[in-house]
Amino acid sequence: MKYTEEHEWLRVEGDVVVVGITEHATTQLGDIVFVELPEAGGTVSKDDEVVVIESVKAASDILAPIDGEIVEVNEALADTPSMVNDDAIGDGWFFKIKPSDASQMDDYMDEAAYKAMIE
Amino acid sequence: MTFTPTDYLPYDFANRRHIGPSPTEMEQMLQVVGAKDLDVLIDDTLPAEIRQDAPLEFGKPKSERELLHHMKVVASKNKVLTSLIGQGYHGTVTPPAIQRNILENPAWYTAYTPYQPEISQGRLEALLNFQTMITDLTGLEMANASLLDEATACAEAMTMAQRVAKSKSKTFFIDENCHPQNIAVMKTRAAPLDIEIIVGNPDDLDASAVYGAIFQYPGTHGHLRDFTSEIAALHENAGIGVIAADPLSLTLLKEPGAMGADIAVGSTQRFGVPVGFGGPHAAYMATTQKLVRAMPGRIIGVSIDSHGNRAYRLSLQTREQHIRREKATSNVCTAQALLAVMAGFYAVFHGPEGLKAIAQRIHRKTARLARGLEEKGFKIEPEAFFDTITVEVGSLQEAVMKSAVDEGINLRRVGETRIGITLDERTRPATIRAVWRAFGINDRDTGLDAEYRVPEALLRTTEYLTHPVFHMNRAETEMMRYMRRLADRDLALDRAMIPLGSCTMKLNSAAEMMPVTWDEFSLLHPYVPADQAAGYHEMIGDLSEKLCDITGYDAISMQPNSGAQGELAGLLTIASYHRANGQGHRNICLIPMSAHGTNPASAQMAGWKVVAVKTAENGDIDLDDFREKVEKHSDNLAGCMITYPSTHGVFEETVIDICQITHDHGGQVYIDGANMNAMVGLSRPGDLGGDVSHLNLHKTFCIPHGGGGPGMGPIGVKDHLIKHLPSDPTSGEEGAVSAAAFGSPSLLPISWAYCLMMGGEGLTQATRVAILNANYIAKRLEGAFEVLYRGPTGRVAHECIIDTRPFADSANVTVDDIAKRLVDCGFHAPTMSWPVAGTLMIEPTESETKAELDRFCDAMLAIRAEIAAIENGEMDAENNALKNAPHTMEDLVKDWDRPYSRETGCFPPGAFRVDKYWPPVNRVDNVWGDRNLTCTCPPMDSYT
Repeated sequence: MKYTEEHEWLRVEGDVVVVGITEHATTQLGDIVFVELPEAGGTVSKDDEVVVIESVKAASDILAPIDGEIVEVNEALADTPSMVNDDAIGDGWFFKIKPSDASQMDDYMDEAAYKAMIE
Repeated sequence: MTFTPTDYLPYDFANRRHIGPSPTEMEQMLQVVGAKDLDVLIDDTLPAEIRQDAPLEFGKPKSERELLHHMKVVASKNKVLTSLIGQGYHGTVTPPAIQRNILENPAWYTAYTPYQPEISQGRLEALLNFQTMITDLTGLEMANASLLDEATACAEAMTMAQRVAKSKSKTFFIDENCHPQNIAVMKTRAAPLDIEIIVGNPDDLDASAVYGAIFQYPGTHGHLRDFTSEIAALHENAGIGVIAADPLSLTLLKEPGAMGADIAVGSTQRFGVPVGFGGPHAAYMATTQKLVRAMPGRIIGVSIDSHGNRAYRLSLQTREQHIRREKATSNVCTAQALLAVMAGFYAVFHGPEGLKAIAQRIHRKTARLARGLEEKGFKIEPEAFFDTITVEVGSLQEAVMKSAVDEGINLRRVGETRIGITLDERTRPATIRAVWRAFGINDRDTGLDAEYRVPEALLRTTEYLTHPVFHMNRAETEMMRYMRRLADRDLALDRAMIPLGSCTMKLNSAAEMMPVTWDEFSLLHPYVPADQAAGYHEMIGDLSEKLCDITGYDAISMQPNSGAQGELAGLLTIASYHRANGQGHRNICLIPMSAHGTNPASAQMAGWKVVAVKTAENGDIDLDDFREKVEKHSDNLAGCMITYPSTHGVFEETVIDICQITHDHGGQVYIDGANMNAMVGLSRPGDLGGDVSHLNLHKTFCIPHGGGGPGMGPIGVKDHLIKHLPSDPTSGEEGAVSAAAFGSPSLLPISWAYCLMMGGEGLTQATRVAILNANYIAKRLEGAFEVLYRGPTGRVAHECIIDTRPFADSANVTVDDIAKRLVDCGFHAPTMSWPVAGTLMIEPTESETKAELDRFCDAMLAIRAEIAAIENGEMDAENNALKNAPHTMEDLVKDWDRPYSRETGCFPPGAFRVDKYWPPVNRVDNVWGDRNLTCTCPPMDSYT
């Protein structure tokens, strides 16, 4: 598992990378009430805004961590955005991306480094 | 007995009625704040460099009686003719019950935007009625409440369509039958966003070449048309279909939803809201469930409270500018709540059968008028119409127009050879005969066998206004009591101070308000010939001069309908100036992070890029960061937007440097006038280096907040910008920001009356006392709460920010808990979490007395003691009066199992014993409301 400074987690599953936000981020945001997801099949570049998540008090953009193709999005979040709060690193994932340049993953923190960052 | 001279002036409006504290109270307050007199306090607070040289001089102030007499004289210079001009504005009969119980009732017009839902349930219900009415009439699923006018609603629909359309086109199609002012404002708003506009006949629409299209229904010259096939073609090409529809016509006509429209917009003016020479009235926007999150404006939703009971609230606020800033759906915030409430009540008052009957009468009269003209050989267009016809008169146009005026009637000049006529609810048989006479027809019995002129296929077949609220018994007793019940659920200025920072909730005096509903001001159509509006022009001229004196600017445009629209108008004025100087590439706008959210949202709409400037430790703009960014963007600097005194409530000493640096690099300075109440008579933004400012007449100049609008945001500019000010909306060309030349002019008597009764000295004294009141609160709360930002001498301006963040750790108490506990004390909370998250910003204004300030401070100190009890373990950290706030009457009478008494819970210091304000609901669940979005009246069977 890798982590970005924007509090996203990235988990490699075969040839795709699953992206979500960390428990730390969900605590900061409070109860998530809406998740706006991209359409599967699109190509994105690193730092494109691909997801908007809304809590009662804030709206935040989730950036694509790497270049690639969005191969799947978590449709269940449309009806049950609370999954992001309940299971941030499991059922609360946002999208799966097929990297066009896997080496971009090297830029990101490991768990120890992320933990150090949020402390 | 002989007379002894007295210096008591019973009719001194400024010092006796408008300013709260009496001279004796002021002395006591000055002692508390530690200033010898008011002069010393003001000298302490305002840096010498920013003070204005000469005092404001407006001549002898008028008493209330003198003012009303003067107003009558000026009002009588407006000639009230029957205007059948149409073009989006219609005569309407305001039900007297609504005029008296809503429009002229401070319980409704002095309320604030319903951000605190627990004390706003009444107007939230009224606005939900409005949304339900709109969704029913348009046949769409979701509606907002509300937008500023139909023209800006069209522009909002145009930009919303671009956000949601999957089409990659940058072109938007406008039906040539749209009202000219709608076309003008859409063109203005399209240009900076690089949206290409095509104005044309819907027959020529190439749906594959555009991302969306808007159609007017009925068209500006009366045409009726079914847009189903055009919208279907747009959908096939991943585009969006918008219909601008007259809501009254929709009681008879096929609704936009049935044509497949994605968005519908329009004006609800003819639902009982006087035309008022252009405004204010509420525009609406409706859309589908799927697109609701892209819809701008405030949306009322249904949620539950902490006991699971139904409660209303504002939904989806995160889309709005105060949170989303430059990424917001729009900069709109203040809308037309009071007018939306009126329009909603008009529908409740008449019900669906009443509205349909009104529409049918109008149509019947129009059909008869047309028939009469046709019988005498006039050529009428269109064949099918609702309330508007266009008559071909050839070379007689001028003669007919003139004889109509002689008959007391204004018609619409269309091109060189045609005349438009639009009938309305006020049209009587005598009106029709007078129109005929203007066309040279003297036959009383003509047109008797007129028939329905709406084709069968365009008749509405679906039901509307089916909710029980639109089917109550319509006896006035019932209506009056319903309006009273809703008003009683709310906390407005007629009950208690509303100490909202940055909102300036000052007195809206009765004398200021009275002229608003006089016929001479309220019945004028915005496009009447200038000689019929001489009273308005005199008032606007004099008020503009006074506002120029107050601000140090050279000219004022009254066109913007709200502060946010003023911002956009100001930025577009600057952009036009840059273009004229060959500097059109300048597109960088520096905005401090502490700015109002509308600033970045407006800059985005002006097509500019926002560069945020840091805030220094003491709350001021970080001058080094500012300088660095100006230098970095020197070649492309369009300007900066700053607020003065700052949003932190401090007179920053560096303001003159900031203006100078900006000018040195070719930029223009926008000074946000939101905090003008701290400056009037003491300091002028134009002297500080500002090139443009907007003034919130609904803050500083006494227009009431109306529960979230109306507002007025005129802009003042320096000489060099005058020719770049907003242009005439009726031209149909780019340059106008709202539908009427003077925005919402029927509000202007309020601000003018305020200036005339206060005089220059009174206005200045009001500013001084506003600063005294804020410093008094800051002083009284000192020790209990930390006051976050102060000037170098330890003073605050007209508002202060207190820090409640430490209590989250020490007592698990949040800023929400304190705000809701204040409801138990009988107060509206101060501004929450802005400009600093987790804080409260308090602005008392000059209108509050020492007694009311003390009641507030006592309440705050008692709350601090309750926090202390949690901190030292005397009170439970979860089950306490703060966490359970607000307390309702139901709490009081139900089983009480709390570790504090009923007395403590329900009657904390500040709360009145006899006149206790009881919130109708417990704390409203925001998360539930946003996760389960419902924006129409819930079905009756769900009322338990």
